Amino acid sequence: MREISVDLIRDSVARLCQDANILLPPDIQAALREAVKQETSPAGLAVLEDLLENAALAGKMHLPICQDTGMAVVFADIGQEVHITGGWFEDAVRLGVADGYTSGYLRPSVVSDPLLRQNTGDNTPPVIHTRIVPGDQLHLTVAPKGFGSENMSATRLLSPSEGRDGIRRFVLETVEKAGPNPCPPVVIGIGLGGTLEKAALLAKQALLLPAQSVNEQAHLADLERDLLQAVNRLGIGPGGLGGRVTALALHILAWPTHIAGLPVVLNMSCHATRHAEATL
Amino acid sequence: MERRHIDLPLGDLAARSLKAGDLLALSGPLFTARDAAHKRLTEALEQGLPLPVALQGQTIYYAGPCPAPPGQVIGSVGPTTSGRMDAYTPLLLQHGLRIMIGKGQRSPAVIAAMRLHGAVYLGATGGAGALLSQHVRSAEVVAYPDLGPEAIRRLVVVDFPVIVLIDSQGNSLYQSGPARYRLEG
Repeated sequence: MREISVDLIRDSVARLCQDANILLPPDIQAALREAVKQETSPAGLAVLEDLLENAALAGKMHLPICQDTGMAVVFADIGQEVHITGGWFEDAVRLGVADGYTSGYLRPSVVSDPLLRQNTGDNTPPVIHTRIVPGDQLHLTVAPKGFGSENMSATRLLSPSEGRDGIRRFVLETVEKAGPNPCPPVVIGIGLGGTLEKAALLAKQALLLPAQSVNEQAHLADLERDLLQAVNRLGIGPGGLGGRVTALALHILAWPTHIAGLPVVLNMSCHATRHAEATL
Repeated sequence: MERRHIDLPLGDLAARSLKAGDLLALSGPLFTARDAAHKRLTEALEQGLPLPVALQGQTIYYAGPCPAPPGQVIGSVGPTTSGRMDAYTPLLLQHGLRIMIGKGQRSPAVIAAMRLHGAVYLGATGGAGALLSQHVRSAEVVAYPDLGPEAIRRLVVVDFPVIVLIDSQGNSLYQSGPARYRLEG
């Protein structure tokens, strides 16, 4: 049994909130530089150059990449040999988010009730997903999620007979309808299978994959390629101003499902598909 | 591409001369307002109460900035999705609003009201909030301070880079731009 104190968890979450919001990950920067090579639209190119300049400036001046510093989504893989000491795990994560956002001059963007809509002032509470895993380590991923793109996400419970074509139609419809709203170029996470909530979680987790990664299963890798190409033929382009690059990356995560179902969830993210992680 | 320099507030004739696709650099005062502030402005107008800011000929930037770090006048301040303000916009246009800055699509009702009142909708690069913050010279909360990031702020901007998304004739870059690059099949 290894002991990890709630103080360490709180401080790690605080630091990860700031890192995720301020430092655009190298894989996304590489994807943006690749997009500059592909893009032929002058207005689209200007947007891509703004985003690269913005990322450089954010890092240099310690400013968030985007003013929508998101709702904090925290994934915690907790080794079953770990004993958390000094308090409750979820309190530590919540305090870490409050500290990270307040001391980092990150925008508080959370309201306490979906209808009463009072800003909580410190961006809490976060959304926490825990998993018990083998081992004696605790792995934290903080993925602040902006809502310009979150609002453009969608769910569909397809019939198995609709298959690959049904998925393709759903993805293209969703991206086309979103148009300029999610700040293209976007990153697209797709969850396939499982149940309603499992597919949604897979879609969110797909956004955490390295931009250049490819699904290990050949049929899903092929579907990823096909969907990304089809999305980029829509012409929406950077900023929605028209162009060849509408999505920088598209990842699928799949799970076994029921004989009667084919759940699919598309989680939309802007270019700032932010996440930072640490192992304690 | 050359940017046309524009001083705010913009006169009616000048607003009507802007065309979808024009690149502009804005200098002068504007107000930030987003969801919660729009709701309150609308409630005030519906109750016949005076507005906390005069909208005549003015510019609203759909944005909720990050807090200003030490030594900065404002934190990151990029545009938010304008469509969420659509329900409130025709009434504000009727009360003198002439320029909106944001990102994303607008409803047919908003575009019709823009044509009626000679208003324009401009776009700033979504996701470039750090970059855009460098064009802000001053920022002060002028209404609804309890709304935090959603309070109405008066910003003075210099060479703030925007593109005309929808002009006062209803021409939309969001239609003409993607249509040019769309590949069928």
